[in-house]
Amino acid sequence: MTSPGASLQFLLNGNLVSVERTSLQATLLDFLRERALTGAKEGCAEGECGACTVVLVGPDGDCSSAYRAVNSCLMFLPAAAGHEIYTVESLAAGGRLAPAQAAMAAAGGSQCGYCTPGFVMSLFAEQYRRGRSGGCDPHALASNLCRCTGYRPIRDAALSLGPAPEGAFKDRLSRPAPLLEPVSYANGEARFSRPASIRDCVAILSADPGARLLAGGTDLAVESNLRGRRWSHLVSLEGIAELREFAETAGCVRIGSALSLNEIAERWRDAPEAFREWLPLFASPALRNRATLGGNFATASPIGDGAPLFAALDANLQVAGPGGRRSVPLAAFFTSYRRTALEPGQLITGIEIPKPLPQHARFYKVAKRRMDDISTVAAGLALDWNSAGRIVRARFVFGGVAPVPLRVQAAEEAVIGERWNESAVSRVQSILARTLKPISDHRGSSEYRLALAQSLIEKFWWERREVAA
Amino acid sequence: MNIAGKAVPHESARGHVTGSALYTDDLAARFPGILHAWPVLAPHAHALVTRLDAAPALAEPAVCTVLTAADVPGEGDCGPNRHDEPLFPSEVMFHSQPVAWVLAETLETARCAAECVRVEYEPLPPILSIEQAIAAKSFHVGPVHLNRGDVSVIESSPLQFSGELAIGGQEHFYLETMAAIAWLDESGGIALESSTQHPSEVQEIVARVLGLPRHQVTVECLRMGGAFGGKEVQSNYYAALAALGAWKTRRPVRVRLPRALDMILTGKRHPFLARYSAGFALDGRLQGVRITLYSDGGWSLDLSEPVLWRALFHVDNTYLLPAAELTGYVCRTHKTSQTAFRGFGGPQGMVTIEEILDQAARRLSVPAEVIRERNFYREGDTTHYGQPVKDAGRIAVIWNQLKQSSKFESRRAEIARFNATHEHRKRGIAITPVKFGISFTATFFNQGGALVLIYRDGSVQVNHGGTEMGQGLHTKIGQVAAETLGLPLEAVRIMPTRTDKVPNTSATAASSSADLNGAAVLDACAQLKSRLAHVAAHQFGCGAASVRFENGRVFAAGEETRGLPFREVCDAAYRQRVGLFAQGYYRTPEIEFDYQTGRGRPFYYFAYGAAVSEVETDRFTGEYRLLRTDILQDAGDPLSPTVDRGQVEGGFLQGAGWLTIEELLWDPQGRLATAGASTYKLPSWSEVPEEFHVSFLENAAEPGAIFGGKAVGEPPLMLAISVREAIRDAVSAFGPGGVVTFASPATPERVFFAIRRAASEREAVAADAGAEHR
Repeated sequence: MTSPGASLQFLLNGNLVSVERTSLQATLLDFLRERALTGAKEGCAEGECGACTVVLVGPDGDCSSAYRAVNSCLMFLPAAAGHEIYTVESLAAGGRLAPAQAAMAAAGGSQCGYCTPGFVMSLFAEQYRRGRSGGCDPHALASNLCRCTGYRPIRDAALSLGPAPEGAFKDRLSRPAPLLEPVSYANGEARFSRPASIRDCVAILSADPGARLLAGGTDLAVESNLRGRRWSHLVSLEGIAELREFAETAGCVRIGSALSLNEIAERWRDAPEAFREWLPLFASPALRNRATLGGNFATASPIGDGAPLFAALDANLQVAGPGGRRSVPLAAFFTSYRRTALEPGQLITGIEIPKPLPQHARFYKVAKRRMDDISTVAAGLALDWNSAGRIVRARFVFGGVAPVPLRVQAAEEAVIGERWNESAVSRVQSILARTLKPISDHRGSSEYRLALAQSLIEKFWWERREVAA
Repeated sequence: MNIAGKAVPHESARGHVTGSALYTDDLAARFPGILHAWPVLAPHAHALVTRLDAAPALAEPAVCTVLTAADVPGEGDCGPNRHDEPLFPSEVMFHSQPVAWVLAETLETARCAAECVRVEYEPLPPILSIEQAIAAKSFHVGPVHLNRGDVSVIESSPLQFSGELAIGGQEHFYLETMAAIAWLDESGGIALESSTQHPSEVQEIVARVLGLPRHQVTVECLRMGGAFGGKEVQSNYYAALAALGAWKTRRPVRVRLPRALDMILTGKRHPFLARYSAGFALDGRLQGVRITLYSDGGWSLDLSEPVLWRALFHVDNTYLLPAAELTGYVCRTHKTSQTAFRGFGGPQGMVTIEEILDQAARRLSVPAEVIRERNFYREGDTTHYGQPVKDAGRIAVIWNQLKQSSKFESRRAEIARFNATHEHRKRGIAITPVKFGISFTATFFNQGGALVLIYRDGSVQVNHGGTEMGQGLHTKIGQVAAETLGLPLEAVRIMPTRTDKVPNTSATAASSSADLNGAAVLDACAQLKSRLAHVAAHQFGCGAASVRFENGRVFAAGEETRGLPFREVCDAAYRQRVGLFAQGYYRTPEIEFDYQTGRGRPFYYFAYGAAVSEVETDRFTGEYRLLRTDILQDAGDPLSPTVDRGQVEGGFLQGAGWLTIEELLWDPQGRLATAGASTYKLPSWSEVPEEFHVSFLENAAEPGAIFGGKAVGEPPLMLAISVREAIRDAVSAFGPGGVVTFASPATPERVFFAIRRAASEREAVAADAGAEHR
């Protein structure tokens, strides 16, 4: 690769800006506020409140683009290189409010106003979403918290919005999103790399054992913002085209590890019901615009929501490294608390889900708050029957019950060849009672977690008992 | 009326949606060379500081200074009443309490340097719960008493029971965290931007800490990104630190808490423990209650005493307590100092009486709403502290109207049918009332001030003592001024709140700021109007009393179309040497309370309301959904309907959060375990009632309040008690119909186990019935 450059450029509200010296962990939000673009606010610094929301221009098919609402508090400034970004300050150019702004003001959608620019940006992105008809979907604003209004007027504002107006913002979407060129940036000891290929990425990782992979950054930036973690070298996966591919064949579905969750949802048109119920429970829209499956697996949280579903779908992870490529079953990928089977220099390149998909699969997530919360317990549950109604394949995978996402094979084996009925349910439940040793913490007591795991098995049966009969 | 009573957008709506509305920390970029602050946090809940060595931090590049007790020129304490909050404690009183603050060129540098400050501690045993405090007799306040009648009636009542209810606290989670910027003004005084509900108290505390007379300290609050009581006194500390830093370094200093620090360091709604015994007649009439309320005040007194009193004043809610023996304590624990939060103790008192009434209903096998209604105050009744319940008849009026508009009875029947056919999902419904006393219980706070300036072009600046935190105060004040002067809203500009415009102001709190400051603004505007009327009358050749001000013009009596533009009258007034500015003042009449006898009239009036909520619970998980809420609120004649509706909806959802998913947890060392948005969950979209109807009681003008509008900031929060009671109703449907108890908040986990208990009682009942058959 070429020697590292000393500046980064990106488009901000239509103007090219150049960053000469930045630390790796400075966020886009910090940068905006230092430049007196103070519409975006810091409310939590962990992507939970949405007060910092801005939009990126991201790809939407090959030759058009979409506005993607993202949390600027979770975007390391170097990762902005090459992006095209708009903030709330750009919307009312010429003094005329954009429809999203006018609707929020008219509906009484702001009280203290601190969260409002974030809501406006989420609503703006939603109004310009391709294929949208009717009013805007209030769920598109689920990344944004408001402590004042009770949301009703914001819902009304969203529902009142018609089609996106003609003009420069709409015209922009008929052109491709900016191509994310490779980046090699250095500021003193700190380095930021954005390789263009898996090979280059592996080479960077091999040359610098201290290098840390960066996918959507929705977890890594939280580590930085809240826990003060610092790195000398971040390697962004955003510029590697191969990691952003999606392919479906007769034998499998292959999902590139660096596709955002929302991009996966857009491309996986016949995704199973379990995926559809999983998606809205996974974080929030703005996080799903940045978060990737590869990142969710690599960060290896025992309460990450990716593993229970995809392990229940028998997914395999494709891994590349200095020694070549290999495949690892997802259920075996997590070795201990926050540890994985990834070896130094390796990265996840894709997720492969074999076909046929299970006949019946569900995803359950229980949390204090129904949406945009972290699991107390999550479960990916899947079953296949033969023509005689006997179970031939079972997958019971739980999050939140062990230091790692846990596939309970003993319980699966106990139902093979059985009918899916109350006695099978209680057999699974007693195995869970023996095998699960959940901890007590602020998300739930050990007792509740175990009871939930058992209860979700019963719910899974109850909601499908006609088929099982 | 043209403008008062009209639904207008928030005065800053345009600034909000464009991002141009500024908050304290947005100004930081305007101060070149500003220093950033980070605290040195104590790793104990209770400990003596035995040694503090800042030298290693000072050796770091770009560190400017480390603030310690030695830097304080005045008194190093920011406790508002008792002076019990040292800026730099020698005894650590709660986990992570700052013992020193680093000031540096960047926030990153300050944060890293704070870790270099060497501090040694001698740990002491902490008190971390109300129970521990009771055992150790660790109280800030108490016992205090409020009594009526003879409670021995409880022991002779046909239905008697006693119990205990733990009520959790609540994090304010204002979206804008604590922030202050301080700098030296050109004459050597100190100027501050502060996110505070009480600029005058910030001024007082900064003056105290710096040893300055108050006229040397100027505080401005542009607006707040939410406050909810959290910035009533707790902003003082951060402002004082910024001021001290600026004083010492002679440079501008910024103190702004990131969310996690804000949650770890600032006070919350008080957790309460209620112990009660109650006696009822068999017809469900309450005979007497004995209630002891213990609040967890945390490490310092703060506002805990009036919070406790308001809890005791509101233990009756809308119900006549014929005999009551109420006792209160503020527990002193090694936690953050709990503080004001929308409702100010009222919610905890009211949750307690609703718990008692529901239990009575289930023990008597009578619907809870019947027991509630049976105990309502009626016209002529007085409260347990001797205040006549003004407009008591409205309680039943609201109740009946709401029951009808929400189709309460038919939905009860529908729910019974649903529950009969659903084994694992049950629905519940509840209607609960609210009566909330309006006025500061510290009587002297009930005053407001204003300074109104009219310029020769007819444009108007209004200064008043209240602060804008999203509640729409400035919007209402603008309406009051525009209405009084007959001007369009655009002609009136509400200025940021500053201590050099109106002195000695009260906190913007107690739902009273529109009443107090609105009346003061009205007073000032009325004076100006009268002066201008004389000027115009002279020109018109008519009497001043008949001059009319409307739509920016001034008319002679009987004149409809001709008339002078307001600006011309102003210009004429100036030329005739008539002063175009006026101060306004208001103090609430007729209120007083004697804490010795527990008798008096602490409240000017009561705000009433009621809510019906319906929920569905899931036996498998304990999760629930809020299906529908109907609210009928008495806001008098709403002064600003959009603002008032926003207060009702927002207050309700905030209350629902407090009673359901917002759970504060501390670990065994006293560290807050839920110190961030990812661990502490406030209501999001998924908590909004799927159907949500809000209306206001009609023809309800409050004669004593500004333009007949009642206070509406706090009362709606307690409408959310209907959600807790609806959940209880749904849980009960899993069981045989007996008493259902769970602590607050009703998290899915608590609901899950409550359902399990109810279901196992049902099985036991069924087994007994089976045994009898055999």
